[in-house]
Amino acid sequence: MSADGDNRLSGPLADPAVEAGYPPEHPERVGFFTDTSVCIGCKACEVACKEWNLLPEDGLELSGMSYDNTQDLGATTWRHVAFVEQRIDTTTRETVDIGMPDMTRPGDSSTAAVDPTEDAATQIRWLMSSDVCKHCTHAACLDVCPTGALIRTEYGTVMVQDDVCNGCGYCVPACPYGVIDTRPDTGGASKCTMCQDRLGAGETPACAAACPTESIQYGPLDELRDRAAQRVDELHEQGVTEARLYGHEPTDGVGGDGAFFLLLDEPEVYGLPPDPVVTTRDLPSMWKHAAGAALTAAVTIAACFVGGKR
Amino acid sequence: MAEAHPVGFQWVMEAKRRGAKVFHVDPRFTRTSAMADQHLALRVGTDIAFLGGLVHYVLERDRYFHDYVVNYTNAPFIVGEQFRDTEDLEGLFSGFDASAGGYKTESWQYEGTEASPSAGRRDQWQKSGQPQEGETSSHGRERASSGPERAGSGGPVYPGSPESDPTLTHPRCVFQVLKRHFARYTPEMVAQVCGISEEAFTEVAEALVTNSGPERTSAFAYSVGWTQHTVGVQYIRTASILQLLLGNIGRPGGGILALRGHASIQGSTDIPTLFNLLPGYIPMPQAHTNEDLQSFAEADGATKGYWGNMRSYLVSLLKAWWGDNATADNDYCFDYLPRLTGDHGTYQTVVDQIEGLVKGYFVIGQNPAVGSSNARQQRLGLANLEWLVVRDFNMIETATFWKDGPEIESGELATEDIGTEVFFLPAAAHTEKEGTFTNTQRMLQWHRKAVEPQGDQRSDLWFYYHLGRRIREKLTGRRPERTAEQRERDRSVLELTWDYPTEGPMAEPSPDAVLREINGTGPDGESLSGYTQLADDGSTRCGCWIYCGVYADGVNQADRRKPGNEQSWVAPEWGWAWPMNRRILYNRASADPDGRPWSERKAYVWWDTEQEQWTGHDVPDFDKKKAPDYEPDPAATGPEAIKGAEPFIMQSDGRGWLYVPAGLVDGPLPAHYEPQESPVSNPVYPNQQRNPARQIFARPENRYQPSGAERGSEVFPYLFTTFRLTEHHTAGGMSRWLSHLSELAPAMFVEVSPELAAERGLRHLDWATLVTARTAIEARVLVTERMQPLRLDGRTLHQIGIPWHWGPNGMTTGDAANELLGVALDPNVHIMETKASTCDIRPGRRPRGVELAPFVAEYRRRAGITELTGTEHADDPSLTGRDERERGNENER
Repeated sequence: MSADGDNRLSGPLADPAVEAGYPPEHPERVGFFTDTSVCIGCKACEVACKEWNLLPEDGLELSGMSYDNTQDLGATTWRHVAFVEQRIDTTTRETVDIGMPDMTRPGDSSTAAVDPTEDAATQIRWLMSSDVCKHCTHAACLDVCPTGALIRTEYGTVMVQDDVCNGCGYCVPACPYGVIDTRPDTGGASKCTMCQDRLGAGETPACAAACPTESIQYGPLDELRDRAAQRVDELHEQGVTEARLYGHEPTDGVGGDGAFFLLLDEPEVYGLPPDPVVTTRDLPSMWKHAAGAALTAAVTIAACFVGGKR
Repeated sequence: MAEAHPVGFQWVMEAKRRGAKVFHVDPRFTRTSAMADQHLALRVGTDIAFLGGLVHYVLERDRYFHDYVVNYTNAPFIVGEQFRDTEDLEGLFSGFDASAGGYKTESWQYEGTEASPSAGRRDQWQKSGQPQEGETSSHGRERASSGPERAGSGGPVYPGSPESDPTLTHPRCVFQVLKRHFARYTPEMVAQVCGISEEAFTEVAEALVTNSGPERTSAFAYSVGWTQHTVGVQYIRTASILQLLLGNIGRPGGGILALRGHASIQGSTDIPTLFNLLPGYIPMPQAHTNEDLQSFAEADGATKGYWGNMRSYLVSLLKAWWGDNATADNDYCFDYLPRLTGDHGTYQTVVDQIEGLVKGYFVIGQNPAVGSSNARQQRLGLANLEWLVVRDFNMIETATFWKDGPEIESGELATEDIGTEVFFLPAAAHTEKEGTFTNTQRMLQWHRKAVEPQGDQRSDLWFYYHLGRRIREKLTGRRPERTAEQRERDRSVLELTWDYPTEGPMAEPSPDAVLREINGTGPDGESLSGYTQLADDGSTRCGCWIYCGVYADGVNQADRRKPGNEQSWVAPEWGWAWPMNRRILYNRASADPDGRPWSERKAYVWWDTEQEQWTGHDVPDFDKKKAPDYEPDPAATGPEAIKGAEPFIMQSDGRGWLYVPAGLVDGPLPAHYEPQESPVSNPVYPNQQRNPARQIFARPENRYQPSGAERGSEVFPYLFTTFRLTEHHTAGGMSRWLSHLSELAPAMFVEVSPELAAERGLRHLDWATLVTARTAIEARVLVTERMQPLRLDGRTLHQIGIPWHWGPNGMTTGDAANELLGVALDPNVHIMETKASTCDIRPGRRPRGVELAPFVAEYRRRAGITELTGTEHADDPSLTGRDERERGNENER
C-alpha cells in the first residue's frame, strides 16, 4: 500500500488493481514499454489504434513540425508519434541546438544553419517516439471523476466507461500529461483503453501488434521494467550514453507509469513533462489543511460567541 | 527502406540489435537514415560512381574473394580483340552507332565464341550472322540486342567455350578489363562525383570488405532509387559485380535484394504483366515470317544450362492454355500466341495513343494520370482513346481526367472534345480475395479472404475470367456472321481452356484451381512436383515452369505457415519459393569447387561424399547427383553441359557474369553517365554527358532540358528526386481516400534545405512553385536540415525532395510530382528516370488556367530549348517526331 501511510493518492503502490478493490487473483498488471531508440516513425500504431477503436480523422492540417501532422494526443488520437529533428555533436552526443522551439520559422532566418561540410563534428539526428496514455499508478483523472466513469481495470490500466461519463471534463485538467480530452462529437471523455476489449480475448493491444520493430512492447509491467533496464545497459555499452528511461520509477510523482519509455534526450524534447506529479497528490493534505482551517474558524467563531457572552 | 518498407525493415533492426552496422546511402536523410549508423548523402543519379568506387577499392587492394572469383565468375575468360572500353573511346564502348543511338554488340564477345543476344531476335541473328537493326518507326524500335529481361533467370546464350586464363593476368581477361575500366573510380573521384567525403567512403568500403569472404557475407537491399534511371540496369549490374567479387552471391546472408514497390511485383514479372515476356521469363515471340515452335525453341533455348529445356517449358505452357486443342500437329497452338512488332512498353504505348494508333486501354491498379512520368503526356494519350477501362478502389485521376484534369483547367482540352468512353469498375481489395503474393525472395505466400467484396467490387480474377467468358460467348453466338478469316482468328480465344470452377453468389473463379493450373499436371492429371518433370511432347501441362511444384502432392504449398521456431533456420515450410522451394538461388556457390562449405559459419549446401549427392540446409540448386569434379562431354548440351564446379546453372557457361558479352544494349560494363538532366558536367567521362544508348522521345509534350555545361542549363539549377512517404502509397489511389492515412500526411510538400530556402526566399509552410521544361507545379515548403547542400569541386549544389503521392482527387490533394518529369528511359527495360532531374524553384503559387502555359514557355525560351535539346546520340527526332514538331512549334509559341 501507499508509503505515505494514509495518503492513497500518491507514492509507490504495488498493486493498483487490488487497491481498486479487485481480488488478489486478478490478472497481472500490464503496460507498454515504448523503446524510442528503435521507433522508425511509421505511424502504424496510430493507424491501428484508430482502426481498432473506431476513432475518426481529426484534422487534415500540415503542421510543419517535421513529419508530425498528428501534433498531439487527444480525445480521438490515442497514439501520437512525435518527430524531432536535431543537430548533435558527434563526440559529446549533445544537441547543438537544444531542440526547443524558437520564435522564427525554419527558413525565415537569412543566415543559414551550420554548414555541415565546414563543421563535420555535428550530425543530424531524427528522434521518433510514439506517445500514449501513461496509465498512471495514481491516476488523477480517475481520482477526480465524479461519476465513476473512469475506472481502474483488473489489468491495472485506466479506462473511461463511455456509457457512464457525463462529459463534465474534470478529468481533462487533472491529467499531468495532458492526455485525456472530451470528444466534440460525443461530448464524453476519451483516451487509450489499452485495448481493453482485446486484452480479455488474450490479444495484444492494436498498436503493439502493428509495430514492426517492437518499439512498442506490451506485457506484464514488471517484466517490461526488467527488459527496459537491460535495454538501457545494452545501449550504454554501444555508446548510446544518452539513453534513459522515463516513467518507470514507482517512486515518481505518479507512482510510476503503466506506459513508460526509453528516450534518447530530455523528456521536454519529446513534449513530455520532465517531472509529472499526480494533480491529486496534495489532496489529502489540502483536505487536512482545509479541515484545520475550518476547525480554527469554528473555534474562532465559537470563541466570539463565548466572548460575546462575557 | 524504413520509409517505403517498414515491415521489411524490422529485419534490419533485428540485425542491428545483433551488432550489424547499417549504412544508408541516399540523397535525402529519411526515416532509414535516422536508424542507420551512418548516412551518406550522395548527389542524385551518381550511384554507379559510388558503387564503381567500391569495385575499384576491392580490385586495387586485392580484397576480392580469389577462389570464388576464379572458379565461379567469368573473370578468367578472354575478351575478343575488337573490344574497346570507355577508357579507350572517351566514355563510349566499341560498336556505337551514333545515327542509331545504340550499340552493335558483336565486338563485346569473348575470344573464340560468338555470344548472341538473349532472345527474340536470336533466330535472325543466327541466320544472317549479324544482328539485325530494328526498323525505326513511330512504333519505336525494339533494338536488335535488346531485352535482357527476356533472359529472365537465365542469361544470354553463347555456343562454344571461351578461352580462359585462371591466373587472371592475360591483359584481355575479364578481370584485367574490369580493373582497367574501374581504375578511374578512385575515392577522390567518388568525392568529386557523389559529394561523399573520402573518409566516409573509405569507412563504407572497409566495412563491406571486412564483412565479406569465407566467414562473412554482406547483402545489398535497393528500391526504385536504383532502378528508375536512364542507366538503371547498370546500377544493378555494378552491385552485381561488387557482390560477385566479394563472393556474396548464392551464400546465406548475401545477395542483392530488390525491394519492390508493391506487393507481388515479383509475381507480376514471374507471371508477367510485361509486354515482352511469357510466364517464367520465356520471351514473347516476334512477328517474323515463317517462325514455328521448333525454330523459336532452338533459337531461344540455350545450348547449355537449364534454358536448354525451354521447349519443354513452352510446350507445357501451351498445353496449359489450349489443352487438348494443342497437339503436335498444330505446333501446340504456337501460332495462337501474339507476336511482338516493336516496343510496346507503357511509354511507347502512350505515344502511340497520342498518334491515334491505340484505341482502347485497360488501367488496372495503376494511376498513370498522376503516377507516370510526364503525367500530362499520359492524359493526352488517355484523351485520344476510343475507350478506357479503369479498375480501382476510388475515382482516381485516370478515371476523371476528362472532366477535371489539369488540361481542362488550363483550357488545353475541353470535356466535350474528348471522345474517350470511360468505364470505371470498382475493384476488390486484397483483403476481399484469395491468392498468392510473391515477394522479392521469390516466395509465394497464400492469403485468405477476410471479407466479401461489397456492391459491384470484384476481384481481378473475377473480372478477367468473366470478361473472357463473355467474349467467348459473343464469339460463339456470332459465329455464323463471322468471315472465314475472323473465325480462324477467333480460334485462339475459343479453344482456350477456360473452365475454372466458380464459387459463391458472385461466381468467383477458384484461385486454387488457377494455382493448380500454374503448377501443372502430368499425363495422369496429377499435380507435378517440379519442372524437371516437364516434357516437350505435350504430355505435361504447366502454366509457369518456375512455379512448378507450388502444388506438389496436390497440396497448396504456398499456404504453409509452420512457425519459424518449429523448423530449421532456413524455414522451408513457410510458403513456397520458386524454383523447387529453394530459398537461395545458385546456392552451389556456398560450397567451394570441391563441394565443401567455404567455412563452417557459412555452410549452406555441400557435397556429401558418402551419399554421393548434394545436401545441406536448403534444396541444392544443382543436379543432386552431379559430383564437384564432373567434366562435361564437349558435345553435351542443356544441364549436362554445366561442370560440377559451376554454380550458375541458368547461365550458358555456369558462371556469374562480371562482364556481359551480350544481352545488354548500353554496354558490357557499367559506366557513370549523368542523368538526362543534370546541373553537373560528367566528371568521369567529360566527353559523354548522358547514357549514349538511353531511350528518349523528342516530342512537343516531352521537351528535355539542357544539362551540364550546355547553354541554358543554369535556368534549371536545382537537382530534384521524387520519393515515397510511409503514410501514402504510390500515386495515392490506395491512401488519399483513406482518412486515417490522409491525416498523417495531409498536403503535398517539398523538402528543401535552410540554405536553399534562404537563397530563393522560401518560407516554411508557404507555397513554392517548381518549374521544368514540361510544366510547373506548386507545393507547400518544408524547410529541414535533413536536406543538406552538397559541395562538389567548391561548388554548392542544392537538392530538392518531392513526394509523388498527390493529385487533384481524394481527401488530400495537390499537384503531382510526375508533371515535372520528362520521359527518358533505360534502354534495356524501358524504365523511366524519376529519381534524378533538374528544376527551378521560386516562392509563391503557380500561375493558374491559361496563364500556366506561357509561364512555362518563357522558361523554355530562356533555356533555349528546342526539339533537339538533350537528344544527342539518340533516336533522331527528324524521324520520330516529324509530324508533332510542326504542331509542337505552334503549341510552344
